[in-house]
Amino acid sequence: MSRAYRHNLNGSTLQAGALQMEIKDITLRFGGVRALDGVAFNVAQGDIHAIIGPNGAGKTSLLNCISGLYRPQVGEILFHRGDGGVRNLVRTKPGAIARLGIARTFQNIELFRHMTVLENLMLGRHVHMHHRLAASFLYYGPAQRQEIRERELVEEVIDLLEIQSVRNRQVGALAYGFQKRVELGRALCMQPALLLLDEPMAGMNAEEKEDMARFVLDVNDLAGVTTVLIEHDMGVIMDISDRVSVLDFGRCIADGNPAEVGSDQTVRDAYLGQEAHA
Amino acid sequence: MTPAVKKTRTEPLPVDETTTFPKLLAELDRRYGDSRIAVQEKRYGIWQPFGWHQLHTRVRDFAHGLASLGIHPGEVVAVLGDNRPEWLISELAAQSLGACTVGIYPTSVGEEIVHVLTDGQVRVVVAEDQEQVDKIIELKDRLPGIEHVIYYDVRGLEMYDVPYLAEFTAVEAAGREWGEAHPGWLDEQIATGRAADVAVICTTSGTTGRPKLAMLSHANLLEMGRSMTELDPIGLEDRYLSFLPLAWIGEQMIAVACGLQMGFTLSFAEEAATQRADLRELGPNLMFSPPRIWEDMLSSIMVRVGEAGWAKRKTFAWGQAVGDRYAEKKLKGEKIGLGLRLQHRLADWMALRPVRDQLGLTRIDRGYTGGAPLGPDVFRFFHSIGVNLKQIYGQTEICGIAVMHTDDDIKFATVGKPCPGTDIRIADNGEILLRSKAVFHGYYGNEAATAETVDSEGWLHTGDAGYLDEHDHLVVIDRAKDVMEMPDGTRFSPAFIENKLKFSPYVEEAVVFWQDGSPDITAILTAEPSTVGAWAEHRRLGYTTYTDLVGKPEVRELLAEEVCRANEDLPESVRVRRFVLLHKQFDPDDDEITRTRKVRRRVINDRYAAIIDALVVGAPEVEIKSVVTYQDGSNVTRDTTLQIVSMDGFTPKEGGRRSLFGSDA
Repeated sequence: MSRAYRHNLNGSTLQAGALQMEIKDITLRFGGVRALDGVAFNVAQGDIHAIIGPNGAGKTSLLNCISGLYRPQVGEILFHRGDGGVRNLVRTKPGAIARLGIARTFQNIELFRHMTVLENLMLGRHVHMHHRLAASFLYYGPAQRQEIRERELVEEVIDLLEIQSVRNRQVGALAYGFQKRVELGRALCMQPALLLLDEPMAGMNAEEKEDMARFVLDVNDLAGVTTVLIEHDMGVIMDISDRVSVLDFGRCIADGNPAEVGSDQTVRDAYLGQEAHA
Repeated sequence: MTPAVKKTRTEPLPVDETTTFPKLLAELDRRYGDSRIAVQEKRYGIWQPFGWHQLHTRVRDFAHGLASLGIHPGEVVAVLGDNRPEWLISELAAQSLGACTVGIYPTSVGEEIVHVLTDGQVRVVVAEDQEQVDKIIELKDRLPGIEHVIYYDVRGLEMYDVPYLAEFTAVEAAGREWGEAHPGWLDEQIATGRAADVAVICTTSGTTGRPKLAMLSHANLLEMGRSMTELDPIGLEDRYLSFLPLAWIGEQMIAVACGLQMGFTLSFAEEAATQRADLRELGPNLMFSPPRIWEDMLSSIMVRVGEAGWAKRKTFAWGQAVGDRYAEKKLKGEKIGLGLRLQHRLADWMALRPVRDQLGLTRIDRGYTGGAPLGPDVFRFFHSIGVNLKQIYGQTEICGIAVMHTDDDIKFATVGKPCPGTDIRIADNGEILLRSKAVFHGYYGNEAATAETVDSEGWLHTGDAGYLDEHDHLVVIDRAKDVMEMPDGTRFSPAFIENKLKFSPYVEEAVVFWQDGSPDITAILTAEPSTVGAWAEHRRLGYTTYTDLVGKPEVRELLAEEVCRANEDLPESVRVRRFVLLHKQFDPDDDEITRTRKVRRRVINDRYAAIIDALVVGAPEVEIKSVVTYQDGSNVTRDTTLQIVSMDGFTPKEGGRRSLFGSDA
């Protein structure tokens, strides 16, 4: 009868604070352009880890390397699992990376606009659903039971992100803030071990940002999911992140907790500019 | 067409002077067990049912749990949260021990919470979730009496390390153990309960000052429920969505008093944001709401009709006109000709039923409105679309209902006749006096106020002015001290004028001002953001905030047209001469309206004295300083200039009555 959630949204079994991902000297070139140049830092289990930097610094490229969309020419990304296994993501295909429990959202919303919120979220469960062709055709029986089982978790995500009122609405017709939340929801439905959020608060007004920051914190606090996010709003970064890595022209120029990074002179010069002094 | 309401009357459970709600619960468990649903809550997208036996078991566990925390008879347990099964469980569990509950509106903050908890000498608070628990923790220094805070939505609270916090299910589990160690103890407690014991404490709305804690006994509530079910066959099979705060007497009245006496299923909405959708999904046949909800429904219809295409707009206008003629004849008891009957059948099929369906009112047998006066025009509108809406008049002090319309005797301008068992008298000064078994026990810890309200003969002094018309229907004019005297000596109600203004979908709130003996009536209006916003978008008027929107000359013009329309329906002597469109909406956090959305005239008078003075002298504009308090407690003072719109010589653009649905000017 307790109202506590029954499903654990965290796909990682590592202890909080344990090393989860090592980014080792990643270099990514597009022809003569070095998008990433020897980037290296570690991500610890349970952290909100922010990646900041000016436009074109290589933030999204780095995220794309982690999720397997780009393959860096040099370096490796080691992903640690609870069972002690280590995988190098650089040599892994995107689909396999998703099955490892690495989920992401995109800078420009990548949802199925003509499907409902619920359908989009159920899609997030697909990596965990195993259909046999015949059973799926029949639907009634095993396929239906499986869908009901998965729907329970999806409903908890809907509750967590407070999108009950739009559950059955088409995503394309929703306000931008809701769409962003649905995208986060779809990533969460995978029960991710690591969540990659590419500018979850871009284009939002102050109130929407505050809401979104609240949800990112909730996901991290309540479910314990490690979150790597790219964000431009320094106020938000300083408030919610446990650790910050700063990229500039493809190089990692600082890595530390928000206070350290905020007082680092190279960072100020490169990115924060005069505003941060004000 | 509302089907002529034919329904088998279910007998209420038998009641005598030993009946209490926990005893009714036990009886319902014995009769139906888990074969009937007692409570269902929409959660995770589906209705999650509890049978009577399940509910009874949880109530007993929680009662044991409260006993283990040392709650004794006569104590007050506070509940702070939205309507959930746990609210009802807490209430019935407290009553099982001979204690009672006081509900606090979930939107309450700071001072209000401290006031209720201190005045009620509360030791145990049941709070819904992190938001409510945080409020108590923040106020804890000022609430030394609070010993335990029990929460039921655990989200975000797992990490709290606060010694006086406990989870609802943990208290239930502890209660189960405690109960096993004390077999038979609870049954004894319940058996000693008497109908005269205090069952709930409801806060009065407090339009005139600090809310007072009105004690209502089981007998009060049962009597009220009985007289209501005697007039209307509310029964076992009724569907009812409980979405208004259970802290409000109106919700206690239907959900608890009628619900447990008749045994119908209570449904709780999923979220505030999904109420409309849940309402439509459930299709209730019984609904009781304050005017605000009905007015909101009306404006949502008007917005959507306004945005619809030409054909739909015409169809609805025609259908509504037919419905209006039909309803008028029906309510007057006149014979309805075959032509009109056929037209109405068609109008209902084409226009009216679809609108009822959108509102979730397709099954509605009876809608009630009460708590504040509802404008006759809104009232009439709902009858025209086939909703059997009825007025209820009562106060917290008389369990909410004393006077109401019966199905076959509805008049738009009255609130109906006294319920069976209710005596009514108009005092020499015009005040309405009521007497019945439902008159409350007094204000908690405030005998002086009780003595002022109930006299030695048991008459409840309502503080409202009114009269009985030729058919013995009660007409409520207004709060007695608000009644205005016209130069010719007639008495007139500001609420009547305000309701005329509020009938406009563009007006959210209206407060009128006058000086006795002067015909100069002025008003402060606030705009309804959804409708005015939609109107502005339609006109391609860009705006950012509410303040920006209402500052537009076009919007002032729009509102002036609406005032002009309202004026046409008012006698010459009480027309609104000037008005100001306020730069902000009234907000319960600023004390300007109560949590049940009634305007606090005294606060308005103080806060906007400068505006009111300017209105009275007829200045062209007024400059005011407004203090904006942010959530972090910081203040900013802003200067705002408000234009005063004079209605003298104002002619609406279209040169006459604007079509109500005419965004196609």
